[in-house]
Amino acid sequence: MILDEYFRSIIDWHFSPETGCPFWLDWANRNFDPREEVKTFADLSKFPHFQDEWLRDLQPEVWVPAAFRGQPFNIFETGGTTGMPKQRIGWHDYKFDYEEFSGKLDEQHFPRGEAWLMVGPTGPRRLRLAIEHLANFRGSSCYFIDLDPRWVKKLIAAKQFDQARAYMDHVVDQAVTILKHRKVAGLFTTPKLLEALAEKVNLYQAGVRGVFCGGTTMAPQSVRFIIEEVLEGNIGFYPTYGNTLMGLAASAPLRPEDHYSITYFAPQPRAVLRVVNPLQTTETVGYGEWGRVELTTLTKEFFMPRFLERDEAIRREPRAPYTWDGVAEVRPLGSMEKLIVEGVY
Amino acid sequence: MAQHISALRLGRPYQSLDQIELKDGLGTVSQVNAGIIRKDLKQIGEAHAALKKFTVAQRVDMCALAGDIFLNSNDPQTYVETLSATSGLPHSLVRRNMHRIHSVLANMGEVLRGLTRGLDLDDETSPYSFFPVTHSLGLVMPSNSPAVNSLWLPAIALGIPVVIKPGRDEPWTPYRLIQSFIAAGMPAAAFGFYPTDHEGADAILRLCGRALVFGDQSISDKYAGNPSIQVHGPGHSKVLIGEDLIGRWPEFIDVIAESIAANGGRSCLCASTIVVPSHADEIADALARRLAPIVPLPAADPDASLSAFANPQMADAIDATLEQSLTGAVDVTAAYRHGPRKGLFDGATYLRPTIIRCPSFEHPLANREFLFPYASVIEMPQEMMLEHIGPSLVVTAITSDEGWIRELMEFTPIDRLNIGPIPTLTISWDQPHEGNLFEFLYKRRAFQRV
Repeated sequence: MILDEYFRSIIDWHFSPETGCPFWLDWANRNFDPREEVKTFADLSKFPHFQDEWLRDLQPEVWVPAAFRGQPFNIFETGGTTGMPKQRIGWHDYKFDYEEFSGKLDEQHFPRGEAWLMVGPTGPRRLRLAIEHLANFRGSSCYFIDLDPRWVKKLIAAKQFDQARAYMDHVVDQAVTILKHRKVAGLFTTPKLLEALAEKVNLYQAGVRGVFCGGTTMAPQSVRFIIEEVLEGNIGFYPTYGNTLMGLAASAPLRPEDHYSITYFAPQPRAVLRVVNPLQTTETVGYGEWGRVELTTLTKEFFMPRFLERDEAIRREPRAPYTWDGVAEVRPLGSMEKLIVEGVY
Repeated sequence: MAQHISALRLGRPYQSLDQIELKDGLGTVSQVNAGIIRKDLKQIGEAHAALKKFTVAQRVDMCALAGDIFLNSNDPQTYVETLSATSGLPHSLVRRNMHRIHSVLANMGEVLRGLTRGLDLDDETSPYSFFPVTHSLGLVMPSNSPAVNSLWLPAIALGIPVVIKPGRDEPWTPYRLIQSFIAAGMPAAAFGFYPTDHEGADAILRLCGRALVFGDQSISDKYAGNPSIQVHGPGHSKVLIGEDLIGRWPEFIDVIAESIAANGGRSCLCASTIVVPSHADEIADALARRLAPIVPLPAADPDASLSAFANPQMADAIDATLEQSLTGAVDVTAAYRHGPRKGLFDGATYLRPTIIRCPSFEHPLANREFLFPYASVIEMPQEMMLEHIGPSLVVTAITSDEGWIRELMEFTPIDRLNIGPIPTLTISWDQPHEGNLFEFLYKRRAFQRV
């Protein structure tokens, strides 16, 4: 099985002194040598859950694999609100998923050579470089409007809703200006910003033909709303799920029988998503059932086993062209139980 | 008998993928997001134009027909049973509310004459001095009582479309009213029905030009000071007795008891504070004797007058508040109730009527209102009453003292004033009710033409 072979090669890489990073080599010394004990992907459960404080508390150098020593790295940060954010370092990883994703974009929605606009979190995020790389990979350039989600979360947590609205207007106004004065065919943004943007400008008339969305919960009715009411059936819509630690999970094109329920597929084998029983995380839930999202990242730049995301999702069957499980209707963990501060993005 | 209630996007049914389930599996309701409301409101001018194709006289006739349809057609019994099951109101109260709504629709001509002070809006020469200041009236409705919908009905007769967010537990009445209007010939586009969340409610309130919102004190505070939003917060309605007539207090117990307990005590028009210059202990005792024996009855019993709590946790919270704050006051009803205030009947949670004798307005249970027959009784000299009563939706002042009557009439925190023993829920059709809707929706201007 391809995943098993790939998994073993990644284990060999990260736990061999010639190629591995200080963190995992040290871990192996204190625990066990995975090169001997790990045979198939099922042996992943021999690893504990990756702890997010390791990415907060340790200096980034502990994650530099020996094979990359001496090469300057990018430092990418996750969303974060207060205190030290999680950081992941990298060299070329961010390009791979997006080059692969490019093959899933329809030429009529993202015409090669025509400009893109990204409206969303730029700053220290991997996403910003990744989007620009994706545009460039298709022969296009990309305009950027930043949105600082940490500030929005603070405003909302402090119940300063007017300020949050004013900040969102500020972001949207800048995007409207670009759309009015520059020719843009492709748009990357978040569902909330997309909706706000479409209220101020007719996206199709402005030249937008494709929208690539990510960064937040998209329940079926929200997806339907975007497709029918915001994009009015004229503009291609590509919902994605991703983050700094994983990369990009594309969604399978919607079929009528999906009733707008989006299923995402991790960029296997570089990352594996499983939907696990939150109370017994070694077990995956059944197909069609809700569980907690568990991410394993498996590249030569970064090994992260069994990281429990703060998301829940429905586990879905493999679906062509993907031969592995999908995760559907991803939303913040415990959405049904408590109100989530998710912000405008 | 599970039913689905769609949203109505300016008359067009829209079945959302997001649906909430009503109590006991009685039905599901489509939920829409704020974006849908914002999008539809861009077309509200067309809805307004569709309604204006008819004259006021035609719309008044259609209102009367809609009233008959509302009361008699489309399986009213199922409506009564369903609304009773989701809201807790007994059938008798649902029917009384239906009749109340029907009366407003049947008497719409008279209602408009009251609101406009006799203005003939179809007169081509005069109406030009009045113009609507909005294309729509937004409504964020409560769930407590169906008759509250009668407040927005004149807007349709005046030619202003409505954009309604129904209360979570009470989509039935506005939906049934809309269907009745459409069946009576009103253009469907004049009706927006959007079960939605807080963001959606906010969109309705901010974008409709004129809007009414019903809610608790926090909602009142949030929108206070916005002249295009009329806030209907707690009613804090009261009965006052003057020093001149206090000696005759036993004669007024019927009116006071009715003011407290009519409509299950659920209306903002229900009296929740009784202020008297003397005899407070005796009056509280008489009210308690009258109200304490009221017990829950089966929902279909014609004598049922208490409403169940659709959300039992609310009853728990109210009961706990009363118990925790009682120090220094007396629950006069406790002696006559022969059991706890809160109880279960037919699987539903009820609170039995409660009269609290409070030592002053400063007591935590004074000037409070709850969703069941509840009142505090306070004694203070007549000349101090106006200083203390505060904002009151209705005040029934039982007095013949002309000097005090003048003071009451000049006292602005009272919305509606009854002089004499008139139950606080009694409405006169030719009087504006809870703010004049016509004055809220229309403005006057000078107009000349050659």
